[in-house]
Amino acid sequence: MIPLHSVLLLAGLLFALSVAGIFLNRKNVILLLMCIELMLLAVNFNFVAFARQLGDLHGQLFVFFIMTVAAAESAIGLAILVVLFRERRSIDVDELDSMKG
Amino acid sequence: MSIVEILFYGFAALLIVAAMGVITARNPVHCALFLVWAFFNSACIWLLMEAEFLAIVLMLVYVGAVMVLFLFVVMMLDVNIAKLREGFTRYAPLGVLIAALVVVEIGSVVWVKSLGGAAPEATASVAVEGYSNTRALGELLYTKYLYPFELAAVLLLVAIVAAIALTMRHRVGMKAQDIAGQVSVRARDRVRVVKMPAETEQ
Repeated sequence: MIPLHSVLLLAGLLFALSVAGIFLNRKNVILLLMCIELMLLAVNFNFVAFARQLGDLHGQLFVFFIMTVAAAESAIGLAILVVLFRERRSIDVDELDSMKG
Repeated sequence: MSIVEILFYGFAALLIVAAMGVITARNPVHCALFLVWAFFNSACIWLLMEAEFLAIVLMLVYVGAVMVLFLFVVMMLDVNIAKLREGFTRYAPLGVLIAALVVVEIGSVVWVKSLGGAAPEATASVAVEGYSNTRALGELLYTKYLYPFELAAVLLLVAIVAAIALTMRHRVGMKAQDIAGQVSVRARDRVRVVKMPAETEQ
């Protein structure tokens, strides 16, 4: 039987690593998207762990929907990335300042 | 320590190594491959936590589809990696600091909860004869959660349309059939009958 707190710690570590990844690779949009995928995985770990702990399948069901949304998000994100590269010949976040935001 | 726990800690260590690889690897292709490895380890851990269907879905959808899409885009875009890596060491202290803060916060919450005995008592394993995780999930999904399920399907459809609409482009000089023009053509547009006197050999 896997203890709940070690799964939660693992998910926390994974989330922290992906946050660090966003700071480290803040110029490369592809790596930012990968770090977001890693974050969603860390969140899913919590849902699966609690679903196991409480014997309740709703947690696993939620993971199912999160994965659907994550797949749609990465597909659209990569499509935007391809269009961006076609327009600017670069995927550097620092150069995406035409909207002056 | 049972064999399940030993396996869990082994896969957890590999997962952390893979996540480190994702955020520090020099080449985006290596990052994507490390991410594949991370997803694989996660699927193994989910199998240990009796989420068999989700583990398989993680392998099929993420490793089989999403990561292939990532690799495809990484290889298709001819980006200058060295230029994108500028500032990696500059932001490293900040990133490590934030990551350490997140770990300390989450760890302290988990630690306090485990001290107070507030953690819910673990339910017994559902692994009885004839139990199927996929069947149980499907029974929930197709009865109680039918509308959310259909909404998820619509969401995927919207994602397909958006991705295609974003990346489709009309190039000039591209050869393509004009179906409407082909169908509406008439014989007299194509064949011209010319009246002329017969030519005879002299």
